[in-house]
Amino acid sequence: MRGFTKVSLALSAMLASISAQADYAWNFPEPVTPMALDTLHVHNKFMLITMVIFFVVLAIMIYSIFAHRKSKNFKAVADKAPSTAMEIFWTLVPFAILLLIDFVIMGIPAYHSVIMMEDTRDKATMVVKVTGSQWRWQYEYMDGDAKGIKFVSNLSTPKEQTDKGYQGKKDEQYLLEVDNHLVLPVGEKVRILMTATDVMHNWWVPQFGSSRLAVPGFLRETWVQVDKAGTYRGQCKELCGKGHGYMPVVVDAVPMEEYKAWVVAKKEEMAKASAGADKEWTKDELVAEGKGVYEKNCAVCHQITGAGLPPAFPALTGSKIATGPIFGADGKYLKDGHLDRVLNGIRVMPGWKALLNDTEIAAVITYERNALGNSVGDVLQPAQVKAARQ
Amino acid sequence: MSTTTVAHHDDHAEHPTGIMRWLTTTNHKDIGTMYLTFSLIMFFVGGAMILGIRAELFQPGLQLVNPEFFNQLIGVHALIMIFAALMPAATGFANWMIPLQIGAPDMALPRLNNWGFWLLPPSAILLTLPFTLAMFGIGDGALATGWTFYPPLSVQGGIGVDFAIFAVHLLGVSSVLGSINIIVTLFNMRAPGMTLMKMPLFAWGWLITAFLLVATIPVLAGAVTMLLTDRHFGTHFFDAAGGGDPVMFQHLFWFFGHPEVYILLLPVWGFIPQILETFSRKPMYGYKAQVYSFWAIGALSVVVWAHHFFTSGMPVPALLYFMYSTMAISLPLAVMFFCWIKTMWKGSMSFETPMLFTVGWIILFGIGGLTGLVLADVAADAQYHNSYFVVAHFHYTLFAGGIMGIMAGVYFWLPKMTGHMYNEKLGKVHFWLTAISFNLTFIPQFFLGLAGMPRRIPDYALQFAEFNMISSVAAFVLGLSQLLFVYNIVTCIKGGKKATNKVWEGAQGLEWTLPSPPPYHSFTEQPTVK
Repeated sequence: MRGFTKVSLALSAMLASISAQADYAWNFPEPVTPMALDTLHVHNKFMLITMVIFFVVLAIMIYSIFAHRKSKNFKAVADKAPSTAMEIFWTLVPFAILLLIDFVIMGIPAYHSVIMMEDTRDKATMVVKVTGSQWRWQYEYMDGDAKGIKFVSNLSTPKEQTDKGYQGKKDEQYLLEVDNHLVLPVGEKVRILMTATDVMHNWWVPQFGSSRLAVPGFLRETWVQVDKAGTYRGQCKELCGKGHGYMPVVVDAVPMEEYKAWVVAKKEEMAKASAGADKEWTKDELVAEGKGVYEKNCAVCHQITGAGLPPAFPALTGSKIATGPIFGADGKYLKDGHLDRVLNGIRVMPGWKALLNDTEIAAVITYERNALGNSVGDVLQPAQVKAARQ
Repeated sequence: MSTTTVAHHDDHAEHPTGIMRWLTTTNHKDIGTMYLTFSLIMFFVGGAMILGIRAELFQPGLQLVNPEFFNQLIGVHALIMIFAALMPAATGFANWMIPLQIGAPDMALPRLNNWGFWLLPPSAILLTLPFTLAMFGIGDGALATGWTFYPPLSVQGGIGVDFAIFAVHLLGVSSVLGSINIIVTLFNMRAPGMTLMKMPLFAWGWLITAFLLVATIPVLAGAVTMLLTDRHFGTHFFDAAGGGDPVMFQHLFWFFGHPEVYILLLPVWGFIPQILETFSRKPMYGYKAQVYSFWAIGALSVVVWAHHFFTSGMPVPALLYFMYSTMAISLPLAVMFFCWIKTMWKGSMSFETPMLFTVGWIILFGIGGLTGLVLADVAADAQYHNSYFVVAHFHYTLFAGGIMGIMAGVYFWLPKMTGHMYNEKLGKVHFWLTAISFNLTFIPQFFLGLAGMPRRIPDYALQFAEFNMISSVAAFVLGLSQLLFVYNIVTCIKGGKKATNKVWEGAQGLEWTLPSPPPYHSFTEQPTVK
C-alpha cells in the first residue's frame, strides 16, 4: 500500500537524521548500580518481546491489507464456524502462549527485580536521609563517621540563564548543577530514607535506576550502590509546584579514601559555621551574608527585588511583617512576626527551621529588613535565633 | 450549533426553532449533535493549550510562559481532553447511534439526556474561568497540580483547584446521568428479537462503560470532596499531621482513573469492529469473544489501579499483585486484536477514510498497548514513571486509541447523520497528516523518557533539545491538520453528494435501514430482529 510506504519512508528519514547526532541516547543511560543494570536488562528483554509481537502481528495484517482487497477483485471468504474441538484448541494455544510470555518469560525476571529493588537493608553499610522541599534537596548522613553531616543542595545554574527570554549561552550542565553535591562512597550499599517537608517530591537519578516518592510525614526507603566513580545527575520527578523543573539531584560517587577525607573536611566546615553563630556580627556582615542566602532560597518566590508575585507570593518591600517588630515585650519572638514566619512558614511558604542554620536565618532576616527597599535599621544576631529555637 | 442537520426530514416532528430548539430539545439526535459539537470545540481548546506547551518546549530556556502558567496548562489540557473532548464525543455517538442501532425511537430518559448535556458547558467554563479571572487579578490562575489533583500540592494551590473540583463534580454528574440513560435504554428498548447477545458491539462497549462510570465516578467525587474539605474545613484526610495520608488520595483517584481509561476506550472498541466488517465486506469475527473480552476488561480495570503509582511505595506483595493483574489485561486485549485482524483476513477490503483511520488505529493502539505491558513491570517502571516515556505511552492509547478512533467513527457515520458524503480525498489527506505527525510528535517522547526527561517540567537540560524540537514541530502540524477535519465536517453538513440509506456497500445493522439523514423520530414502526 502506497500510504504505508510513505509513512515508513518518513519515519526512517527522521530516524536517520537524528542518529546523525552522535551522542544521542536511544535507551536508558549507562547503568552504574546493580538495580539500574537489572532494570536495563529487563527493559531490553521486554522491549524485544513486545517488538517481536508487534512486527509479527503487523506483518500478518499488512499481508492481508495487500492481498485481500476489493481493488484486486478478492472475494470475501466467510469465516466458517470450527468444530468445538478445534475451537477449544485454537483458544487454548494462544492463551497458553500469552500466559507463558506474561507470567513466565516476563513475569519471573520481573519478580526477582522487585525483590531486589525492595530489599533496602541487607548488606547496607550506611544510611542517608533525603528530604525534599520546595524546591531543594536536603541530605543528612545518619550513621558512621559522617553522622551529623547535614546540608541543603540548591540549583546553582545562574538565575539569569533560567529567566524568561534569556538568549545567551547556557552552561553545559544547565539545570543539572547544584551548589552542594551529595557524596557517596563507591561500592557501598546505601540505604536511602526519603521524606518531604511540604508536598511530594521524587528523588531520581536515571543512572541509578531507583526512584521513590518522598511523602511529607512519612518515611519511604530505597537504596543505591554506585559501582563506578563519577558525577551523576537527575531531577525531581513528581510535580511539586512552580520550581519542579529546578531541583536537580547531583551525586558524586568517590573512592572510599576520598569519601573519608570529604567527611573530615565537611565536619570541620560545619564546626566553623556553628562557631560563627556564637560571635557578635555587624550589620554589614549580616547583610552581605544574607544577600547570598536570600537569592538562593527566597528570591524564587519573593523575587530578587523583593517585589514578590502577588497575590500568591507577597512583596517583602514595605511588608508589615518584614518591617514590624520581631520580639515581643517578654523577649520571645512574636507570633506572625518576621522570625516566626521564617522559622515556621505559613501556607505555601515553607518553614526554614530545618533547612538553614542560625547564622543564615539571622543574616537573611537582617538583609530583608535593611535591603530590598526596607531600612528598619535593626540587626538580628545568630545567637538570638539559636535562643529562639529552644 | 447553528446548523440543523436533520431539518429537511421532519415529517411529523414539531419542535421549537432557533436557539430554543437546542436549549429545550429532548431529541436524541439533537442532543447527540450538541455533544459532538461541544467535543469538537473543546478538542481545539485543549489542543491550543498543549500547543502553548509545545511552543515553550521547542528549545531549552523559558521563552513564552512562566512555570506557574505552564503547570496550569498541562493539567487543564488533560482534564479538557479527557472529560470535555473524548467523553462527550463517545456520549454523542451513543445518543445518535444507540437508538438507531437497537431500533428504538429515542433514548429512554430524554429529559435526563438534555440535563446531562447542559451540565457540560458550565463545567467547561469552571475549568477555564480561572485563567480569565487571573488576568483581572483575581486568584492565581487555574489548577496547577496536573490533572491528578495530588495533595498536598492541591491543598496548597489557589482557587483554580476549587474551580476544578466543582467542574469535576458537574462532569461526573453529567456522566452518571448519561450512563443511567444508556443502561435503561439498552435494557428496555431493544427491538423485538434483539437479545443482549445480538446487540451491536458498540452498544455492548457502551453498556460496560456505563456500568464502569456508575461504579467509579462516585469514588472520584468522594475523593475530590475530601480534598475540598481538607482545603477549607480543616479536615486531614490527606495530611499526615492530622493522621491522614497523601498517598490515600492516589488510591482513591486511580480507583476511578484506571477504569476511566477503559471508559474512554470501550465505546471505540465497540464501533471499530463494525467499521472493519463494513469495509471488509464480511461479518465480524468473534462477536461473542469480543463481548466476553469487554466483560473481562471491565472487571480487570477496577482491580489494577495501583500500577499508576508503583513508586509511591507499597508492600512487596501489593507490588507483585498489581504487576501481575496489570499484565493479565493483555489477555482479553489480545483476543480483541485477534478478532479485528481475523475480520479483515480474507475480506474484500477497500480503504475509504473510516477504514484508513481504523487500520491506523489498530497499529498505533497496538503500540500503546504493548508499551503498557512493559510499564506494568514494577522495576522498570521506576525508570519510566513520570518520564516522557509515560507521556508517549498514554498518548498512543488516548490520542491514537481514543481520538483517532472517534475520527474513524465520525467519517463512518457522518454521511448517515447529514445525508451527504464527505470529500473522500480530503478525508484521506486528513488521515495521513494526522497519522504521520502524531508519530513524529510522540516517538521522540519515548526516547526522551528513556534518556531521563521528567514530565511536567517547563524547561529542560540541553541534552534533550533535539527530540523536543522534532516533537514540537510535529505537534503543530498535528494541531493544524485538525483544521482540515473541521473543514471536512462543515462542508459535509452543508452539502455534497447525496448519501444512500446504506451509505457503505458492506454496511450491516439497523441504522443503515433508515434514510440518510434519519427522520427526526427514528423508528415510527418498530423493526424486528431475527
